[in-house]
Amino acid sequence: MPLMIGIPKETAAGEKRVATVPDVVEKLIKLGFTVAVESGAGDAANFSDDTYRAAGAGIVSDAAKLWAASDIVFKVTVPTSAEVGLMREGGTLIGFIWPAQNPELMQQLAAKKATVLAIDALPRMLSRAQKMDALTSQAGVAGYRAVIEAANVFGRFFNGQITAAGKVPPAKVFIAGAGVAGLAAIGTAANLGAIVRANDTRAEVADQVKSLGGEFVKVDYEEEGSGGGGYAKVMSEGFQQAQREMYAKQAKEADIVITTALIPGKPAPKLITAEMVQSMKPGSVIVDMAAERGGNCELTEPGQAVMKHGVTIVGYTDLNSRLAKQSSTLYATNLFRLTEELCKTKDGLINVNMDDDAIRGLTVIKEGNITWPAPAPKLPAAPAKPAAKPAAPAAKGHGHGGSSEPMAGGKLAIMFGVAALLFLFIGAYAPAAFLGHFTVFVLACFVGYMVVWNVTPALHTPLMSVTNAISSIIAIGALVQVAPPDVAGGRGLILALAVVALALTAVNMFGGFAVTQRMLAMFRK
Amino acid sequence: MSASLATVSYIGATILFILSLGGLSHPETSRRGNLYGMIGMTIAVLATIFGPRVSAAGIPWIVGSMVAGGSIGIFAARKVQMTQMPELVALMHSLVGLAACLVGFANYIDPSAAANLTSAEKAIHEVEIYVGILIGAVTFSGSIIAFGKLSGMIGGKPLLLPARHWLNLAGLLVVIYFGGAFLHAESVSAGMTPLIVMTVIALLFGIHMVMAIGGADMPVVVSMLNSYSGWAAAATGFMLNNDLLIVIGALVGSSGAILSYIMCRAMNRNFISVIAGGFGTGGGAPAAPSSGAQPVGEAVPVNAIETAELLREAKNVIIVPGYGMAVAQAQHTVYEITELLREKGVNVRFGIHPVAGRMPGHMNVLLAEARVPYDIVLEMDELNQDFPDTDVAMVIGANDIVNPAAQDDPNSPIAGMPVLEVWKAKTSIVMKRSMASGYAGVDNPLFYKENNRMLFGDAKKMLEEVFVALKS
Repeated sequence: MPLMIGIPKETAAGEKRVATVPDVVEKLIKLGFTVAVESGAGDAANFSDDTYRAAGAGIVSDAAKLWAASDIVFKVTVPTSAEVGLMREGGTLIGFIWPAQNPELMQQLAAKKATVLAIDALPRMLSRAQKMDALTSQAGVAGYRAVIEAANVFGRFFNGQITAAGKVPPAKVFIAGAGVAGLAAIGTAANLGAIVRANDTRAEVADQVKSLGGEFVKVDYEEEGSGGGGYAKVMSEGFQQAQREMYAKQAKEADIVITTALIPGKPAPKLITAEMVQSMKPGSVIVDMAAERGGNCELTEPGQAVMKHGVTIVGYTDLNSRLAKQSSTLYATNLFRLTEELCKTKDGLINVNMDDDAIRGLTVIKEGNITWPAPAPKLPAAPAKPAAKPAAPAAKGHGHGGSSEPMAGGKLAIMFGVAALLFLFIGAYAPAAFLGHFTVFVLACFVGYMVVWNVTPALHTPLMSVTNAISSIIAIGALVQVAPPDVAGGRGLILALAVVALALTAVNMFGGFAVTQRMLAMFRK
Repeated sequence: MSASLATVSYIGATILFILSLGGLSHPETSRRGNLYGMIGMTIAVLATIFGPRVSAAGIPWIVGSMVAGGSIGIFAARKVQMTQMPELVALMHSLVGLAACLVGFANYIDPSAAANLTSAEKAIHEVEIYVGILIGAVTFSGSIIAFGKLSGMIGGKPLLLPARHWLNLAGLLVVIYFGGAFLHAESVSAGMTPLIVMTVIALLFGIHMVMAIGGADMPVVVSMLNSYSGWAAAATGFMLNNDLLIVIGALVGSSGAILSYIMCRAMNRNFISVIAGGFGTGGGAPAAPSSGAQPVGEAVPVNAIETAELLREAKNVIIVPGYGMAVAQAQHTVYEITELLREKGVNVRFGIHPVAGRMPGHMNVLLAEARVPYDIVLEMDELNQDFPDTDVAMVIGANDIVNPAAQDDPNSPIAGMPVLEVWKAKTSIVMKRSMASGYAGVDNPLFYKENNRMLFGDAKKMLEEVFVALKS
């Protein structure tokens, strides 16, 4: 009996996202599930009931029926206690839960004997889990939207222009925190033509900032701020002092400041003080992406855009809902990838495999038992450091001929010695006639060596077949034995041997050239 | 035609042959190179026939045998499939070897050949005959076995006799001993016995040598036999006092030797260890699969439609073909996919490992046959640094040549072998029939990498499905 996935309409005020989209509904059905969508669930994100129906989903008229009928519920925001009340006993819930912030909700869900997978509890360090990382996908959308919001209230162009009406300087954008949202903001602002600077306590993101067209601003203080799990940590007082000075300087110079700094489980750090806001040019913009968690700016009013000291401070907490269609599509794909992991058999049933690191991390309640927090995921053992220089022999002698390394002196001397002895021996014993041929032979070897090194590797097969063809020059040996002019009769055996040899070489001669011709004719530009 | 005129013709032919090999330095000049070769051969043969050493009585025999042999040759050249080129080349080497033997025997029993020689000259002449037949016989039997292995009539696994190095050494000693007996033989009939014994040993040695070599080492063997057939011609030249044969023999011999060297280097193995037989000859036995780190992770299979999607969204694609593509005869489908992607503006290139396939340059010929333009078919060294900018690297029927263990795992039997770094591409897709290891018997950690996908099935069938999916 395949399970039913239910998609309720989001109830949070201002929330426009929806947990799945029609394209993904089709894929879920292919996995064997049936899908039910609450009527109007996708309206705010421009997905009508009809498109869901066309994708194969059933439309349920109200939330209570949907929750009661669904085995699995996909949500975006944290469910309200009213919603949990509607939930079926022993059902499965997938969505944002934030178990640390919502202990009462966890108790309520556990009482329902529910299995709950919190997409925010995903172990992000597992690269296998990246496809399910909804925090990342949502943060990316929000980062993009933050720049758009800033552009909306900013009174000038982002890019510098020289027009007939005068020169326009490019906007200067400073981005605090180069996480996923920050990086998306850097990329978007840089694409609009602004001069982008960014800072992060984790020095290792400097390269990522640069790769997106931003400039990394360092805090002039030595301390590493990577707090594990891909998040930042709280920094020391000395560092914070240096950081404040840097922010003060950047705020004064920048036209637009976008702050994204969050520390897990703590209120957002106050990076931009009231004095800094005062020091900014009138008409500047601050977009505080951490508004929901108290804000990075002291003057931020969550959910509002306010004007303080001539600076517009945007504290919207619904950046994702402001780009609901994009956010929903990405979120739906994240949940679909997760569903794939849960349903490897593609039979419409799920298996919450607690031995799987990714699934274990996500699962905060399993059949009524609170399993959060998960033990730290076993990271795959660090690959053994490659021995000193494994690639060294490979690097040697790449390319052809001339590039081969000079031989070690000793080895070379030995080779010359052997060659000299050999020549001495031949010179001492061989008759003059032989030496003539020997000269020709040695020189021909060198000519062959020079010529063949120039052959392109693509033509090695034709080279072999053509050398094969010309080695049938041995036919000459047979020819001269067929019928030498000064000998008559009594040569039956010799004649027979010579004729057979001639026939064999003829096969080679004609066949070799013909096949080479055939091959070479095929090489075309 | 006078003797001088014949000699001058030979010089002309020699130059043409050198130009012929020189022409192969680039596909554009290669056809002219082949033409030079044909002209050179025609000049050499005609100069000999009309020269002082062939009388009119021999013409019918010559014409008859050459027409017979030539028509067989041309027929075979027309019929052969490009995937069978290695077999054809091996078979042709055996003919050269056999012809060298026959010429050697004929020369030995010909009383006029050594009529006017001093004793020192006679001794040298006989050494030349002996060596010429020796090389010819080894080339002949070795090439026959190589042909058998390449065409699948003989299994690809190396046959490792116990104490095989001692057997070879014993054979060599016997050959030297009989060489002494041969030189001191009073008459032709007395010398015949040691000569025949030596020939038999040489034939057995040729068989034994190639039997001990594994399937993946075949490119080395084929080029080595190519080299031998050249040396056989050169030895025949010494025997007959013919400079043309010596020069051509030396050209072919050194060409084959260089190819063998290139192949060995491409596998990071030295020539001696390939010839001595077996793979991973560190301990004599094939390397145990447990050596080195076991790969972690799981292989992710995909189907043809997903592969097509990956290809459709890619901007840069590198295709790495291997012997599996030749076996499945998939090159034409590969070409169709390439054309389709190129029309969509995808930058498709081919990365060819020097030892991909069963003879040097095998993949290039197959792709040329399928009409893939040669300027998008690149060597390993030319595009190995481009993998990080590549969206999809598609490996078709290759294994060891894309094995990251060669770089990462110093204990791997193929450690140090240069490989195509497909794992650096954003996604790599490996087309294989199963998870089986390659000829080297080494597990491939590539299959377990995060960004790798496995497309299981017959290469041709799967590629056709990919093609259909791409088109729709």
